[in-house]
Amino acid sequence: MFAVFRDLVRYNAEFTIGLVLVVIIVAFSAASFFSPVDPSLIYMTIPDQPPSAQYWFGTNSRGQDMFWHLAAAFKNSLIFGLTVAVLSRIISIAVGLTSGYLGGWVDRVLMFINDIFVSVPIFPILVLFYFVLRNNMDSFTLALIMAGFGWPFDARLIRSVAVGLKHREFTRHAVFAGMSTPKVLLEEHLPYVMPIVFATFMNNMLWSIGLEVTLAVLGFTNINQPTIGTVLYWANSHSAMVVGTWWWIVIPVILIVMTFLGLFLLAVSMNEYIDPRSRLRRMGA
Amino acid sequence: MTEDLLKVEGLKAYYQMNYFGVEREVRAVDDITMTIRKNEIYGIAGESSSGKTSFIKVLAAAIRPPMRIVAGSVKYDFKNGPIDVATATPAQIEAVRWRHLSYIMQGSMSVLNPVRRIGRTFEDFARRPLGLSGEAYRARVLNHLERLKLPADVLNAYPHELSGGMRQRVTIGLATVCHPEFVIADEPTTALDVVVQKEVLGLIREIQQDMGSSVVFVTHDMTVHANMADRVGIIYAGRLVEEGPTRQMFFAPKHPYTAHLVASLPRIGDTAQRPALEGRPPSLASPPSGCRFHPRCPLAIDKCKTDVPPLIQVANDHRSACWRWQDVEPLVVPQRHEVMA
Amino acid sequence: MSTLLDVRNVSKRFTMGGLLSRKTVDAVQDASLSLSAETPEIFTIIGESGSGKTTLARMILGLELPTDGEISFRGKTVSHRVGRQERLEFMANVQPVFQNPFEAFNPLKRIDRYLESTAKRFLKLRHRDDLDAAMDSALQKVGLSIAEVRGRFPHEMSGGQLQRAAIARALIPNPPLLVADEPVSMVDASLRMSIVNLLKSLRDDLRVSVIYITHDLATAYYISNRLIIMQRGRIVEMGDARTVLDNPEHPYSRLLKASVLSTEDAGSGKLITDPGMAERATALIRQPGRLVARPDGRSVRVYERA
Repeated sequence: MFAVFRDLVRYNAEFTIGLVLVVIIVAFSAASFFSPVDPSLIYMTIPDQPPSAQYWFGTNSRGQDMFWHLAAAFKNSLIFGLTVAVLSRIISIAVGLTSGYLGGWVDRVLMFINDIFVSVPIFPILVLFYFVLRNNMDSFTLALIMAGFGWPFDARLIRSVAVGLKHREFTRHAVFAGMSTPKVLLEEHLPYVMPIVFATFMNNMLWSIGLEVTLAVLGFTNINQPTIGTVLYWANSHSAMVVGTWWWIVIPVILIVMTFLGLFLLAVSMNEYIDPRSRLRRMGA
Repeated sequence: MTEDLLKVEGLKAYYQMNYFGVEREVRAVDDITMTIRKNEIYGIAGESSSGKTSFIKVLAAAIRPPMRIVAGSVKYDFKNGPIDVATATPAQIEAVRWRHLSYIMQGSMSVLNPVRRIGRTFEDFARRPLGLSGEAYRARVLNHLERLKLPADVLNAYPHELSGGMRQRVTIGLATVCHPEFVIADEPTTALDVVVQKEVLGLIREIQQDMGSSVVFVTHDMTVHANMADRVGIIYAGRLVEEGPTRQMFFAPKHPYTAHLVASLPRIGDTAQRPALEGRPPSLASPPSGCRFHPRCPLAIDKCKTDVPPLIQVANDHRSACWRWQDVEPLVVPQRHEVMA
Repeated sequence: MSTLLDVRNVSKRFTMGGLLSRKTVDAVQDASLSLSAETPEIFTIIGESGSGKTTLARMILGLELPTDGEISFRGKTVSHRVGRQERLEFMANVQPVFQNPFEAFNPLKRIDRYLESTAKRFLKLRHRDDLDAAMDSALQKVGLSIAEVRGRFPHEMSGGQLQRAAIARALIPNPPLLVADEPVSMVDASLRMSIVNLLKSLRDDLRVSVIYITHDLATAYYISNRLIIMQRGRIVEMGDARTVLDNPEHPYSRLLKASVLSTEDAGSGKLITDPGMAERATALIRQPGRLVARPDGRSVRVYERA
């Protein structure tokens, strides 16, 4: 594992840049564990201070130190994105591999359900959930709901690869070696869909964080919980750009761009690394 | 004396790759010198990963990274002037492609665009190189199809509407409609059934004799070479190890590898045990020293392990790269149950 | 005499296309053959693409269920839907050999895991030593050993070794029958004979019957005891391999034999097949007919309208 990192850092500039960006963001979010203040409390400092030696990122109109507030917001948003991506990857792998390998009526039923999820408009449904749950709508519940909607496109992608794998000779060989269906799927086929899983993992994180921002900016989430979205919601509701507290908007946006860019570069370079063909070449085939 | 159309001299083409720090140099073509004459079918035989595919890529002027020509020259003497593929500019290559140098590929489906009618594909490939307009072009194409015994209405068909044999005949038509001087045929019949295969082979030969072109015919199937080629060259681990007139190659081979290839072909009407060649083709990334065949060779001596045998004249028009070529006997088929070592 | 495998009047029809343009294809029509349990043999199915030879092989392996007819193994019908336990029992007796040695193993996995899985599942072995012994003895049968295979990835071995390892894997449960679907059509000349010779030695030394599916008449002549020739889903000639191929009777069999390229007159460039021959053979494709036994032991399809 260490050798892998060393090789990637040494030979792949995208990976190095991506890694640096992500490490910065993760370290920054991790700093929130040592936060001297509770980030949900307001009017703890002097409001509207520009960035200075005392307040690195300034303070906002609600009297929060933006450094610690953003750290907490990024921590929450990253955990949210990871939760959605992990859960929806599990669903899409399970559905995609099973559907592609078993075929027949199982495939038809699963793909029918899949297509329903593809066609349902997610935004009104999330708003509806918000109206029903109101203050019970915490970030984990939202993550569960979004994971429930984040898998179908990727399940289709995985299925298309699995259909191809089903007809490879080694699959039949594995069956005649007495391997059970789960074993064939998890051990023989999963490595071949990992590149897709990685690439879509990224996309999914970006999608879910982006959607959370949209919901939060419109006020359809628990706005007292600091996330990237609620930071922007409060900045907007205090007309930050108009009153001149530009750091309230600009600094979060720079951090968001760093996050997205870093994750994207990591995904691209990891993808190339775990692609079976490139893996085989490195093994010397 | 027949004239040469292609002269390959000291050709070395390597693949140079770097995967996350794992550097590899694959010597796919390692010092090949040969000539191909006007109006002949030259068969190239070799196992998979022997470098034969890379070699014909060079002949076809389709050299792309990571493959690189490291040394040597590949000189064609076309009617519109000589050209050296190793140094030619893309514009020079474009000027001879299809008009003078064309190819018949293995999978007809990958050449023929599935959503274009055959007629359109013909236009894509042949209109510009032929330089004919309207009626003259049409007449030329129809005339050519007739020669291939294809009905004129294939031009209106889509590839999937034709049988495999028909499709392969269409690709042969495409490759030969400009009457090129040099045609490269890369395993054109490997995917076909026996009956169709024989038909298609007959057709290629017929059209070659009609046009007086040179054809380089590549396949690992020695029985095809026996029936197609005027001369056969055997490639082993990136090197030409033997070449000669087809009949001599089959009945008096002068390289132990050729002798084995020929002896291992089963025949209807003969149930004698056939020998198998043990071992594996060497890796082109780290080939054995000396003669590259020595680890599998029944005749190998110490010299073979250290010194590279040169390709020398062993009979009229017949060259072999073996230190012990005089000792190579056409393998007498051994008796039943007497397996060759 | 007890039968090992009995294929009785088996047909397979595929339905293609969607709701509107539904059409059926008769991949195999009314095929019968049987193998004896006492004398192992190499039984060859010859045919071109579209002849139904692969479909027939898939039905014998239980990968496809026949539309009509019945396949039984040691007197027990196997051509119906079965549970996993029964399926495993059948797989212990009939094992496949695959077409492409480079595709037989997952390129990202070690080879020995297939052997180990087979030994665990079919021989019910648990201990490391027993597993190793079972794997080694199967590998010895094909001229390999566990030391050469353990821990290695497919790309580290040659095509010949891979095909041997795949066959060794199939031999672990000691199956009386192997089904080899075009095992040499994708391999190089120097490798082809080592595989064909291996199949031969399996029959002679280990007494394993082999169903050998091929389009290559020369290797069929070389190793098989009996053969059938299939044309568009139907058996047109069946009998002793030498009798049939030395002197084929059905027009299609004759066409196949005439199309085999020979090396006898290498360099003379003779490539003409009598065109009438192909016409006579294809004219028979859809005609009704039946197999008739001949005094020399073979059966030939004869047609009502001759």
